[in-house]
Amino acid sequence: MLGNRPWKMAVGATAIALLAAGCSGGGSEDTDATSKSIVIGIGEPQHLIPSNTTETSGAAVLASLFYPLIDFDEKSQPVEVGAESVTSDDNKVWTVKLKPGFTFSNGEPVVSDNFIDAWNYGAYGPNAQGASYFYERIEGYADLQSVDPDGEDGPKKAPEPKAKTLTGLKKVDDSTFTVTLSTPFAGWKSVMGYTAFLPLPKAAFSAPGTIAEGFEDAMVGNGPFKMKGKWEHDSQIVVEKVADFKGTAPKIDGVTWKIYQDQKAEYADLTAGNVDVQTTIPIESLAAAPGDLGDRFQKSPSSSFAFVGFPTFQKEFAKKEVRQALSMAVNRQEMTDQIFLGSQTPATSFVSPAVAGYRENTCGDNCKYDPAKAKQLYDANGGPKKIQVTYNADGGHKAWVDAMCNQINKSLGIECTGVGEPKFADLLTKVEKKEPVGLIRLGWVMDYPLMENYLGPLYGTGGSSNYYGYSNPAFDNLVKEGSAAPTTDAAIAKWQAAEDILADDMPVIPLRFGQNVFGHSEKVKNVHVDIFTKVDLYKIEINS
Amino acid sequence: MFRYIVRRLLQMILTFFGATFIVYALVFANQDDPLQALAGERPITASVRQALTERYHLDEPFLKQYWYYMKGLLSGDFGTSLTGRKISDMMTQAWPVTIKLALIAMVIAATVAVTAGVISGIRRGSMFDNTTLVVTLVILSLPIVVLAPLAQLIFGIKLGWFPPTAGAHPDFHALLLPALVLGSLVIATELRVTRSSVAENLRSDYVRTARAKGLSRKRVIGVHVLRNSLIPVVTLIGVDIGGLMSGAIVTEGVFNIPGVGFNLFRGIRTEDGPLVVGFVSILVIVFLVVNLLVDLLYAALDPRIRYE
Repeated sequence: MLGNRPWKMAVGATAIALLAAGCSGGGSEDTDATSKSIVIGIGEPQHLIPSNTTETSGAAVLASLFYPLIDFDEKSQPVEVGAESVTSDDNKVWTVKLKPGFTFSNGEPVVSDNFIDAWNYGAYGPNAQGASYFYERIEGYADLQSVDPDGEDGPKKAPEPKAKTLTGLKKVDDSTFTVTLSTPFAGWKSVMGYTAFLPLPKAAFSAPGTIAEGFEDAMVGNGPFKMKGKWEHDSQIVVEKVADFKGTAPKIDGVTWKIYQDQKAEYADLTAGNVDVQTTIPIESLAAAPGDLGDRFQKSPSSSFAFVGFPTFQKEFAKKEVRQALSMAVNRQEMTDQIFLGSQTPATSFVSPAVAGYRENTCGDNCKYDPAKAKQLYDANGGPKKIQVTYNADGGHKAWVDAMCNQINKSLGIECTGVGEPKFADLLTKVEKKEPVGLIRLGWVMDYPLMENYLGPLYGTGGSSNYYGYSNPAFDNLVKEGSAAPTTDAAIAKWQAAEDILADDMPVIPLRFGQNVFGHSEKVKNVHVDIFTKVDLYKIEINS
Repeated sequence: MFRYIVRRLLQMILTFFGATFIVYALVFANQDDPLQALAGERPITASVRQALTERYHLDEPFLKQYWYYMKGLLSGDFGTSLTGRKISDMMTQAWPVTIKLALIAMVIAATVAVTAGVISGIRRGSMFDNTTLVVTLVILSLPIVVLAPLAQLIFGIKLGWFPPTAGAHPDFHALLLPALVLGSLVIATELRVTRSSVAENLRSDYVRTARAKGLSRKRVIGVHVLRNSLIPVVTLIGVDIGGLMSGAIVTEGVFNIPGVGFNLFRGIRTEDGPLVVGFVSILVIVFLVVNLLVDLLYAALDPRIRYE
């Protein structure tokens, strides 16, 4: 009789399952209220090796683990932090002197080789480091890359690059090294503020040019905090204060970087007091946030910039008057107020207010909402009767694109429609095939606070994010001259002249500048979120 | 019995390979630029793109990619995700928490559904019956995207009975709220099936016979009616277990539980073939094993069913 046996088995299995579910688990991760450690929410970082970290979650964690050569003051000017001095006579050969006495949290002293090895690793093409393009300006970068002789789809593999180390990096002694650029660049000091220019300890490498297995999960840095335990993927990264740290000491004892997949869940924990700082409050929670948080709901400038670009391969937008008219037909203020609830501000310039050299309203009348003038200009120049704005549907852009189209329809009496592509990559594919996508929705977040970081990638010929193909030799020259200028002030003057060309050409319609919309718990005070959307860990304090 | 189980296990192997092949093909068809999907809107330099394409065989034809994957899978290697993490590591982290969540949800749902269903079935048309019908109707009509955040807001934040999010290593208490939300997905259907099944069996001949024999009411309902009425319910519960594990994407997102649903979502979003297929393969096995168990349970519930 098998009558009774399966019954018992089923009951037993259920009992075991329940027991397992109830008893196991429970790794207590709650930090008690009296501790001087705080909880900050992030997303799961893609990587933590500095030269491979290109998103904000990873950069936030690195900011606690590392003490950079250069950081930025309130005016976005570069200041030496881990470096004693960064100097150059000709903007081509830069001498970096390190502050003495610093060590990695594993006890290794911080020496020149730590920087040189880390950067060589990052620049070497086959290592496929996401931030490798930052080393582009250093002499010898091209020799570390290799080109597949028959393209990506071809059967041949790319040959090994010519060199493994950058010729532009030279050690002088243990605390001094030089960086030689292929062409002079006045803003190099600012570039070195990016996470890609952090050092790596000897322990990071199992062999020269190879990162040790498991190092990324247990990063060792030269910063005020060190990792406690390992990177618990999708869960948290706990860092604790380094005893007798040589640099500026933070006022907190540690940070738990708590990983959230969904910002709405993070916001729920913020309101319940389980998270101390949330750097980005999701748009769905914006309406409730002022009531939930009171004066703990705050805003600060960020570097993000939203715009739509005109594809140069579509002849109907070839006339600049048509582009100007479309820009005038958009009411930016209404868009930021109604749709973004004031979390973003209208943009009437081509670079973000976060960078030195930003001027208000460089776009002038072309970005002023003036439906009457817009219609007259549009009709006089034979603007198309039907246009479309293409966006990626997975980024929450539908609402504002539709609103913008409505504004254009009302102002110009034409037919504008928003078209969603599933993903950003789909949009790019269509643009590459030169399909008539109409206006393209785009955005930009800077890597280092220089005007050049907007002008070059967005509007320069062949710029990395210049998908619409804008090209103006006069503009390119001015940007290049600015980069080669002897001082940053002289550089800014050139770059501003370049920006003035954009105001007339209107290759894009500037729409909005982003802000950090952040909130914090009652446990902490003095919360600052910088232009890179990072919490200032040296200023934040525990409320006593 | 033994031969039956062996036969089923052999069928499972075929089903498993068929299912992974189809899933791999579907993910491959959906894949146009996983590197860009991972980078978001950041531009990728040509040399990075080239190196990663070669590392993950992204430029190779479908069958070749599938061959690489299967070769790894058969030697116990699930491969690496596009962010360089071992998928086997991701699975050992994700599965336990999802299994816990699904089991708690299932036990809660089954207990409530069977108890309330039996009572409703016995007292058809009563106050209790009508109330449960209305309540299940409400739950059925509330989509989980509404129910989950609502429960989080009321019980997690406003009343503070439960922690608002559970995290990666939750205790029983933290999982209770998400499990309740998840369980409510299936509770309504399970309850209604139990109710109608009990109601139908109550009218059958063998029940009348049992009563005529002078058996106590408790024994008639508890043994004769319930045992027969459970067959359709057990089938449903079996299917639901698999559904609860794979279908927890929304619940896991709202309560910040990095489980299977979350990983599937991430894999689909970043067009990460090995990640999706790895998790789905295990899901397929879960479905197959649960179905086998359900079929074996039939024999226990109804002695007339025999497997040879």
